[in-house]
Amino acid sequence: MQMTLEHQQIYDTTKKFVETELNPHVREWEKAGFWPAHEVLKKMGALGLLGISKPESVGGLGLDYSYQVAFAEALGFCTCGGVPMAIGVQTDMATPALARFGSDYLKDNFLKPAVAGEMVAAIAVSEPGAGSDVAGIKTTARKVGEEYIISGSKLWITNGTQADWACTLVNSAEGDRHGNKSLIVVPLDAKGIERNQKLDKLGQRSSDTAMIFLDEVRVPARNLIGVEGKGFSYQMQQFQEERLFLSASIIAAMERVIDDTAAYTRQRQAFGQSILDNQYVHFRLSELKTEVEALRALTYRATSELIAGRDAALLCSMAKLKSGRLGREVTDACLQFWGGQGYMWESSVAQFYRDLRLHSIGGGADEVMLGIISKRLGYGGKRKST
Amino acid sequence: MKALVSVKRVVDYNVRIQVKSDGSGVVTDGVKFSVNPFDEIAMEEAVRLKEKGKVTEIIAVTIGGAKCEETLRTALAFGADRAVHVKEESEVQPLTAAQALAAVFKKEEAQLFLLGKQAIDDDANQTGQMVAALLDLPQATFASKVELEAGKATVTREVDAGLETLEIDLPAVITADLRLNEPRYLKLPDIMKAKKKPIAAFSLTDLGVTPGAGLKASKTAAPPKRSKGVVVKTVDELIAALKGKGLI
Repeated sequence: MQMTLEHQQIYDTTKKFVETELNPHVREWEKAGFWPAHEVLKKMGALGLLGISKPESVGGLGLDYSYQVAFAEALGFCTCGGVPMAIGVQTDMATPALARFGSDYLKDNFLKPAVAGEMVAAIAVSEPGAGSDVAGIKTTARKVGEEYIISGSKLWITNGTQADWACTLVNSAEGDRHGNKSLIVVPLDAKGIERNQKLDKLGQRSSDTAMIFLDEVRVPARNLIGVEGKGFSYQMQQFQEERLFLSASIIAAMERVIDDTAAYTRQRQAFGQSILDNQYVHFRLSELKTEVEALRALTYRATSELIAGRDAALLCSMAKLKSGRLGREVTDACLQFWGGQGYMWESSVAQFYRDLRLHSIGGGADEVMLGIISKRLGYGGKRKST
Repeated sequence: MKALVSVKRVVDYNVRIQVKSDGSGVVTDGVKFSVNPFDEIAMEEAVRLKEKGKVTEIIAVTIGGAKCEETLRTALAFGADRAVHVKEESEVQPLTAAQALAAVFKKEEAQLFLLGKQAIDDDANQTGQMVAALLDLPQATFASKVELEAGKATVTREVDAGLETLEIDLPAVITADLRLNEPRYLKLPDIMKAKKKPIAAFSLTDLGVTPGAGLKASKTAAPPKRSKGVVVKTVDELIAALKGKGLI
């Protein structure tokens, strides 16, 4: 992945936006358990930040995914994890399949407004009975005339309490778990939707997460993305962008945690010297910085594969696995060096200790990544097909 | 009315500057560069004047090596219509820079020359003044407000005693102070459009400028490290401590 001047400028604009429009509000949003998605995304849309790799026909820039990675990396300058995640849902999780396979009608009515920041999007895949096991979802859509009637429930939906629509994975037929699914754009003001329950999470507090109930929700049949029955494979494809975004978006956060820890331990005295003066401490911080740099290299390499049009699932899964694990390792090791101050709710290290923990779970858990990697490498682990 | 805006490539303001071990300058390898923040303010002002219909065309200019094209691309993304690159790989002294900028101003028959009051690398604060002198034009430096009306510019300046308002005839040179405006975010579509805007290149010789060598930097040194403070308990102790250091 080559960093051109345009990559740098996109990175700079994003970073400036994060530092002036997001960071001053993070504390307040974290307390409220809510971020004003419409207001923030509208500002981002006006700057062209929400459609970097989306086609120009929907108001995007039509650039390859490496530019999107520069954007994701700069979002990492946010002082919490929840808001970059929620923005990523809009740009990289709820919209790639729609951009790739959606009809002109769907693109005009849902993608274009999402790129402009006029509509907030969500991705509804996980359910109470199926998260990482995507094929095991239970929500159904049956086609009656020119409509789909959808019933089921969706869990852990980021932006769920305020999104205008959700890219929703449903079973549109009986039979083969991998061939019976469809992605449908569901407007969240439709009759039969209930989504009042905001979930109480360990971290990512500023990002609202909802449980969504769908009771006989009627959606026009033309809201189907692409071809009926291809939903599982569309979603698997869409996961590559999601996973690269997730890897890129926490690199700067981890670097911030390490730098903050160096700064804090430098001024904190114990036993006649600063904490940082202990070789154990500064060696460990140096080692973690090296690990983060290696993650960046892996993320860029996965990006190069993706933009070259090659199958990037192996490297994207490796990057996702490594970023989730490293997020835990960095924040845990650093919190220890902070001591009691690190255990305080509002310390920057505690913030990311909570927020980055999600990265080993969301977007495909570590164990799912290991499953994909093992399978790709031919090490075994055949999936039970039911 | 044409406005010329000069933009200088400088080490980014966020970079912690390190002095080279032999004292011959500061480390620039592997360091982030960006547009001099005061020049960015000048560029923002030009764009605002264009949006108000007071300026019809904005030309960005810079002097320096190949890397400076990036600086011009940023200026073009901001809203400059086209750019002029005065190519010179070796070090350019302030008077040489001023002569080159004056030559471009004349060549372009611009009416307004906007630039930062100083560059954050050498803090020389003389380019605008020298260009005005070379072209025998009125100048208003350290502008905190600029208004253009019928061949005149009204410029508010921040001076020690408060605010001073000058009225000058155009063409003129105006240098931007920190509080003139707050530069906008670069919009992504503008970043992409900037790639296609034209940049004309000239050498100093093309502009009839002979590089001068009036100044020689003899040594660069880091400022002395701040020594550790002491805590005093009473005012008397404070006074005694200050007297002890010969400060009062």
